[in-house]
Amino acid sequence: MGRQVVVPFGPQHPVLPEPIHLDLVLEDEKVVEAIPRIGYVHRGLEKLVEKRDYKDYIFIAERICGICSFIHSVGYSQGIEALMEIEVPARAEYLRTIWSEYSRLHSHLLWLGCFADSMGFENLFMQSWRIRESVLDVLEETTGGRVIQGSCKVGGVRKDIAAPQLTQMKAGLDILQSEVDDLVAVFTDEPTIKSRTVGVGHLSKKDAWELGAVGPMTRGSGIKSDMRMLGYGAYEYLDFKPVTHDDGDCYARCLVRAEEMSVSIDLIRQAIDAIPEGEIEVKVKGNPDGEYFSRVEQPRGEVLHFVKGGGKKNLLRHRVRTPTMANVPALVKTLAGCQMADVPVIVLSIDPCIGCMER
Amino acid sequence: MAYLSKSPWILHYDASSCNGCDIEILACLTPRYDVERFGIINTGNPKHADILVITGGVNEQNRSVIQNLYDQMPHPKVVVGVGICACTGGIFKECYNIAGGVGEILPVDVWVPGCAARPEQIIDGIVKALGILEQKRADMSRAEAGA
Repeated sequence: MGRQVVVPFGPQHPVLPEPIHLDLVLEDEKVVEAIPRIGYVHRGLEKLVEKRDYKDYIFIAERICGICSFIHSVGYSQGIEALMEIEVPARAEYLRTIWSEYSRLHSHLLWLGCFADSMGFENLFMQSWRIRESVLDVLEETTGGRVIQGSCKVGGVRKDIAAPQLTQMKAGLDILQSEVDDLVAVFTDEPTIKSRTVGVGHLSKKDAWELGAVGPMTRGSGIKSDMRMLGYGAYEYLDFKPVTHDDGDCYARCLVRAEEMSVSIDLIRQAIDAIPEGEIEVKVKGNPDGEYFSRVEQPRGEVLHFVKGGGKKNLLRHRVRTPTMANVPALVKTLAGCQMADVPVIVLSIDPCIGCMER
Repeated sequence: MAYLSKSPWILHYDASSCNGCDIEILACLTPRYDVERFGIINTGNPKHADILVITGGVNEQNRSVIQNLYDQMPHPKVVVGVGICACTGGIFKECYNIAGGVGEILPVDVWVPGCAARPEQIIDGIVKALGILEQKRADMSRAEAGA
């Protein structure tokens, strides 16, 4: 039984692209408790609903976070569309799905890189981000933006993808698939990675369920929870299975994300094959009234967009419950009892997105 | 192009940005843009850094952190504000927790607009900052020689 020492972790830390502060209570090398302190990225954008009308607000909804940006805009616009009973054209739904899956690919590749970086595996970080650039190129060619696309709007999408480009994208997916396979092989078989992740940061199935973790965090603990199974957008016409692993450690969570990339590539292929012709947007008239919970699946898990309108052009309330916020209790639980050297790995394993969490 | 007499190391801090600019800054270091070949390294330690790269409009909780980081950096130092939020507050200008740009708190040398700022622009901004850094260094050594 050693003396207890408090070591501050963050807000400015080399392993974190974004600031979060953890007070780590240590006994020698062992973390007894982790006390998070948040609020470094809090902007208060939910209050901006009073200043922007519901159509303009989608730009702010998209800038909740720069990594999951497109899926945030899909979640928000689906909420408004449900309130106003707008039928989105089928082609727009498919385009949203294609872009959502590309966003998921870029997010997962980014995360795999940062995860490798948290172990000090610099080369793997570089390789992941090199592959990610080809995904960003597709997003840039089709929407005009690399990380913030701005192509989703209430009532459809802003941009169409022509048939030749869709064929080209499909050809690009084959190259991407082979590169992703090479990358995933390193993550699954490399003994260095296994030694740092297997058995580290264990989260049991019961704890994941009780603490309300979402996304890859629960799927890594064996719970089948994926909002895409609700069948929003074009997912009801596409065929996929959520990836789950039962071990509940950092390695399992890494595998879940690594395998999800292949699922995403497969979904994009299916969507490109099945995409119908037609309009990409409908005219939106009137103002939203009532309230609605919109649930979509982000790379990090389920995100809730609560929209409440009062028949005026400004919403009364917009509330977002982002996946990282739901995963923080589980993170604190997994940090208790780990080694000090494993803290960066465990923090990264929930795929923290502080910009989302604090809004 | 500024002449480099030493490898400039950057310190990146997210002062309430949405991540968009942060991942673009990290993308500058990766193989496609690869600024590391010029000796530019992203360090985590303010005491090693020459250039402070800040993203996002500054919020209340970050004020002291940024001031602290800036004070810990050795002279000469240059501050680069990346993204439109760091320039003016951008789309979040009217939020209750945003001071509205890094210029409210620190003397900023280079502004990089854009939402999100593209890697090409960020590299451009860093290269401009290098020229200013060399200038500051020359001024410092002149002042020392004169003193």
